[in-house]
Amino acid sequence: MKRDDFIIRFAGEGGQGMVTSADGLAQAASMAGFHVQTFSTFPSQILGGPTWTQTRISTSPVRSSGDQIDVLVCFNREAYDTHKDEVAADGVIIYNLGDFQLEGDGQSFGIPFEELAKSTGNSRAENMVVIGAFAHLVNMPQEFLDEFVTKRFSRGRAGDEEIIRSNIEAMLLGRSHAAATGFTLAELSPPVKPEYPQILIKGNEAVSAGALAAGINFYVGYPISPATPILVFMERNLVGDGNFAYQASSEIEAINAVAGAGYSGQKAMTATSGPGLSLMSEAIGMAWMTEIPFVVVNVQRGGPATGLPTKTEQSDFQVALHPAHGDSAIPVIAPGTVEECFYATVSAFNWAERYQGPVIMLSEQMLAERAQNIPRPDVSKVHVEDREVYQGDNGYLRYEARELSPMPIPGGPGPYVANASEHDPFGDTTHLPHRHVHMMERRFSKLKLLEDGEYEAHNTDSPVAVMPWGGSKGPTEEAYEVLQGYGLNVAWYYTMYLHPLPAKLLEELLQKDLVIVPELNFQGQFSSYLRSLGVKAESITQYTGLPFNVSNLARRLEERLGAGARGAVNV
Amino acid sequence: MSKKNPEYDFKWCPGCGDFGVRRALEMAMQRWTVKTEQPIEQNVVVAGIGCSGNLVHLLEGQQPFGFHGIHGRSLPLALGVKMGNPELNVVVVAGDGDFLSIGGEHIAPQAARNLNVCVVVMDNGVYGLTKGQSSPTTVEGTVTSSTPYGKMEAQVSPLHLYMTLGVSFVASGFSSKVREMADLIMQGMEHPGFAIVHVQSPCTTYNNTYDVLKGDPAKGIAPVIYDIPDEHDPADRSAAMAMVDSPGLPLGLIYQDPGSVPLEQRLATATVNARSRKAEDVFDSLMI
Ligand SMILES: Cc1ncc(C[n+]2csc(CCOP(=O)(O)OP(=O)(O)O)c2C)c(N)n1
Ligand code: SF4
Ligand SMILES: [Mg+2]
Repeated sequence: MKRDDFIIRFAGEGGQGMVTSADGLAQAASMAGFHVQTFSTFPSQILGGPTWTQTRISTSPVRSSGDQIDVLVCFNREAYDTHKDEVAADGVIIYNLGDFQLEGDGQSFGIPFEELAKSTGNSRAENMVVIGAFAHLVNMPQEFLDEFVTKRFSRGRAGDEEIIRSNIEAMLLGRSHAAATGFTLAELSPPVKPEYPQILIKGNEAVSAGALAAGINFYVGYPISPATPILVFMERNLVGDGNFAYQASSEIEAINAVAGAGYSGQKAMTATSGPGLSLMSEAIGMAWMTEIPFVVVNVQRGGPATGLPTKTEQSDFQVALHPAHGDSAIPVIAPGTVEECFYATVSAFNWAERYQGPVIMLSEQMLAERAQNIPRPDVSKVHVEDREVYQGDNGYLRYEARELSPMPIPGGPGPYVANASEHDPFGDTTHLPHRHVHMMERRFSKLKLLEDGEYEAHNTDSPVAVMPWGGSKGPTEEAYEVLQGYGLNVAWYYTMYLHPLPAKLLEELLQKDLVIVPELNFQGQFSSYLRSLGVKAESITQYTGLPFNVSNLARRLEERLGAGARGAVNV
Repeated sequence: MSKKNPEYDFKWCPGCGDFGVRRALEMAMQRWTVKTEQPIEQNVVVAGIGCSGNLVHLLEGQQPFGFHGIHGRSLPLALGVKMGNPELNVVVVAGDGDFLSIGGEHIAPQAARNLNVCVVVMDNGVYGLTKGQSSPTTVEGTVTSSTPYGKMEAQVSPLHLYMTLGVSFVASGFSSKVREMADLIMQGMEHPGFAIVHVQSPCTTYNNTYDVLKGDPAKGIAPVIYDIPDEHDPADRSAAMAMVDSPGLPLGLIYQDPGSVPLEQRLATATVNARSRKAEDVFDSLMI
């Protein structure tokens, strides 16, 4: 029997190589031509604490981290107890014989991970033992793995050859030990290697690369999970050539610095997560008021307050839309896949430059730390926008127009005061009612410039629609296919451009009898926004700190749509 | 630009020290443009929120760029403006409440990085704009609207604080001495690093300290302010420390680090061998 899709989970204690195992397998499989996606969830401590990572391998693009586990690798007893119930009936459990021993349960076997690794002369090759055992179970040819190890460890150093040899030996030992147990799973179908160039990239890296492609030259941030990798990336790579990347002393400092840089003409960005976004509130309102472009990436984690720093949630939509007091509505873009993380960041910069104001890019823990193979973006084809800069004489009234107007840059013509207080055309403070009306309407009118975003629409004849946002896109796509298999005719809508919505999309949504929004928060934040726009929307929510499970979501959608009848829809 | 601006409705009270500070800043910027042969548009005034911050709207004559941001955050804003374009001459104007209370957390980091901006603090020992509450520099025991039983906190000594935090240029001015203040601001703008000109700028409405500062022989009040003697060497850190810890309020340049290296230069040195990467380079390294 051949299978197109396998899920392997590595569970144990932080520091036991869970991430390198999942990433290593993802690299090996993607090099062989499979499609892969990893998923990780960590405790907050640095060492120890229960951790697990997962790799899904498939012959077609992977859209979710998957439901049931085919192979569970347990580095310790606690991991076994915690995860064994999620293993599929025909799944296999590999456990670390160096740590514990089980009575034969018909589903599991032990391998001495450390002992085998040590016997190769390379005690760090434990994860290769595990990958080898997995390869045996799914009948993955060894040549794929040899190629991966050779590429990965050919670093032009003296010890390379020995490391390659010991890693391959570790894999072979894993294979032979697994073979001796007599366990097998189905054979993995041969991969169909995509013809286009591919990269294996994590969401945070895709955001960083998107910022580079959009022309970022200023980054200030403050460390916070799960956004820290973006800060680290920028500090290393955004240097020289007039670029600036810096760790500030707080998010308040970071956001004000980013506003200062946007004002002085730079393409500026900061990245943070919930607690940091809360601290940035006032300055984001200031940027809306003063009309200063910049991008805030908010990598959502569980909240509120310090919340769940390493878990995933989609609970910052409302605060992204309204981070600040007073009348404002900040543009929000949310990618749904690792690939979209790249394009969404480019769009966020383009929007900021186009409408001259702050834009919030809502990422999520599950996207940020997920490694996935994606088509290599063609940077030369990326559309990049720059703000309209004022080029005239001095004496310019920057805020005189009733809509967007060219922005003066310090050092150039047209001095004005960027004023966080309500202001007159020059930027001086005023309290005149007609001026507040003028400026309020001016600021909101600029949102119209952002209503041309792209969106997905299928089966649009149906009066009932499913519309996920952000990282729930993948699981919802899979659940949607399950529903189609049942013969349920439901429309599909999806966009990264959450506020303002593409005008045409909103028109379509307003025609529907029901729009169901699967989202990871308690209140149903996005459907509540849709309702405020007049759309008959409701949510299917989950707030576990984990992504949707596809079969569970399909069941809940089916319950709502078909009430078991598979055909008639209860609206 | 407000003199000719009928929409702008803020006015300083008669006798407010901020008038003198404004004049001094105008003179210093004027001199800076002549000396550097750069246009006024090269100057950015970043203002905090308070009576003091309104200075940015009240400047007469040639207009620089301005940013009137939010309460307490003028330094982080200035960090972005300056590092966004290090060619700009960035001046921060802020009140004692804005700079030392809500914004107090931002002084130490800029001192440590030696952010190359010049700050003019307008200290009136009170919250003027919110009508007379106590500030960090209000004298202990003072009755204000927010300290009806007398202020319980010790009075902050800003000059001592700046010295302790390692600010590389510390000067002290008085709003009635406009020419001297203009000189200090000019020197602060030319200083390669973080410069603070801390100005006594009395609030005639809520905390009129003119008599206390200048003294009044008729009332038997001895002056608090004194001019720093010529012999003082501003490069001498221990002498400067001793000065700010002694009684009285010195006016003039207290300390200037002769070896001051500004942030933009530190960055250039640290990253001289670093290579910036483009999206293409990132993708090259991630190819499958
Ligand atoms: C976040 C925030 N808190 C409070 C205020 C109200 N507020 C405006 S100015 C001010 C104090 C001003 O005192 P100071 O900085 O000494 O300036 P002065 O008016 O004395 O020149 C306060 C508390 C505000 N604008 N923003
Ligand atoms: S209240 Fe005080 S600080 Fe404010 S303008 Fe009047 S005198 Fe000046
Ligand atoms: Mg004050």
